[in-house]
Amino acid sequence: MRRTLVFAGRNTKEIIRDIFTLIFGILFPLVLLVLLSAINNSIPKEAGMSLFDINNLLPGVAVFGLSFISLFTATIVSKDRCTSFILRLFTSPLKPSQYIVGYTLPLIPISLMQTIVCYIAAFFMGLEYTPNIFPAILVNIPTAILYIALGLLCGTIFNDKMVGGVCGALLTNLSAWLSSTWFDIELIGGAFEKVANLLPFIHAVKAGRFALSGEFSEILPEILWVSGYALVIAVIAVVLFNYKMKQDK
Amino acid sequence: MLAIKTNNLTKKYKEKTVVNNLNLSVNKGEMYALLGVNGAGKSTTIKMLSCLIKPTDGNAELMGKSIIKDETAVKQIISVSPQETSVAPNLTVRENLEFIAGIFGFSKAEAKAKATKMIEDFDMADIEKSRAKTLSGGWQRRLSIAMALISEPEIVFLDEPTLGLDVLARRELWKHIEKLKGKITIILTTHYLEEAEALSDRIGIMAKGVLKAEGTANELKAKAGTEDFEEAFIRIAEDEV
Repeated sequence: MRRTLVFAGRNTKEIIRDIFTLIFGILFPLVLLVLLSAINNSIPKEAGMSLFDINNLLPGVAVFGLSFISLFTATIVSKDRCTSFILRLFTSPLKPSQYIVGYTLPLIPISLMQTIVCYIAAFFMGLEYTPNIFPAILVNIPTAILYIALGLLCGTIFNDKMVGGVCGALLTNLSAWLSSTWFDIELIGGAFEKVANLLPFIHAVKAGRFALSGEFSEILPEILWVSGYALVIAVIAVVLFNYKMKQDK
Repeated sequence: MLAIKTNNLTKKYKEKTVVNNLNLSVNKGEMYALLGVNGAGKSTTIKMLSCLIKPTDGNAELMGKSIIKDETAVKQIISVSPQETSVAPNLTVRENLEFIAGIFGFSKAEAKAKATKMIEDFDMADIEKSRAKTLSGGWQRRLSIAMALISEPEIVFLDEPTLGLDVLARRELWKHIEKLKGKITIILTTHYLEEAEALSDRIGIMAKGVLKAEGTANELKAKAGTEDFEEAFIRIAEDEV
């Protein structure tokens, strides 16, 4: 266990000492929250536009922020893989399961911290305190695991230059467009809505919105959808990681 | 006592034989340089001996432990300093050292004490709080070798330890490598022939996956009938001897 924790500790330092973690992990979601709240304040109430109300917006931004966790995970995994640092690790007594846990462990508290910072910032933008805030934060844990697994998968498949494009651009945009955060997907309808509903992002946002509004009975189906994706992607990532570990030698 | 003994160690990739029936013996505490042109089979040999890849045939024993049957035990007594600098860039010098000690199973207090010792031995006190990515190539390479030694391995593989360094940084690193002679078994691969000649007790020359000759630098020169080690290397590698 100590070896795993030592490896996790090293990964934590590598991630949090990277300036991009601060910019994309914390500042960017906050900037979005501020901007979209400002837009919301400019919309006349008579327009009946509630998408950017803080109670709707916050769970969406919290999920969008987590998409950057994939970027952090993928970056550290691929950087280790693409340098001879991995040779040093491969010749150490670390086992494959210790690599997976060591890469995953630091990102769970980082994800939680990111979500908590978003919720704290939202108080300054009109979020009223209710006890529902706590379950709303907790329902993001399966989503965090989903994004960590996606990062592990991308870091295993792509090199350190490609993960920036795949996780930093493609995945964050998919998360944004297909989650009903920036626009109401029901208004578009058709195939776009069907695809969005098949993917986990919209369900992750809905789970947060239901939790924040106290509609707890509605949360479970959404959480199950996200957890299913998280589990399947995590299994694929672990199998591929182990396979690539042998190949990379 | 033998630290390394290979028995017909062979690695094939499909039809291509990269290492062919290698029989190599390295004594405990010896510094053994493995020389060869690109594609000679040196790196593949090192990868097999450090349990990174499995041999197609044959076996090797490191301190009596088989690389096939006792992989975990072998990994506990070896260490590798890879060809490229391999340090964690955002960790300080001390953190890099403590990290490696930690993954080899040392307690926090032991890791700290060992890191302090390495910092002293490698004259890194002035840079111990600097992040690895800010160091020059020479310092990074020095840190990389210290990381390979902190776990107190019985056998260390130094793969091209001075590649790409300027002459001053290279000579500085030589001093630190020389201090290890006799205390630890070292397998050194290098393209710098003068480095092998200056540092190692014995030298093995590989070509096309086969160990062509081995001995001290003087023995190899005598065998090739020349006073120049570079000339001796060329004659042996090209089968002119």
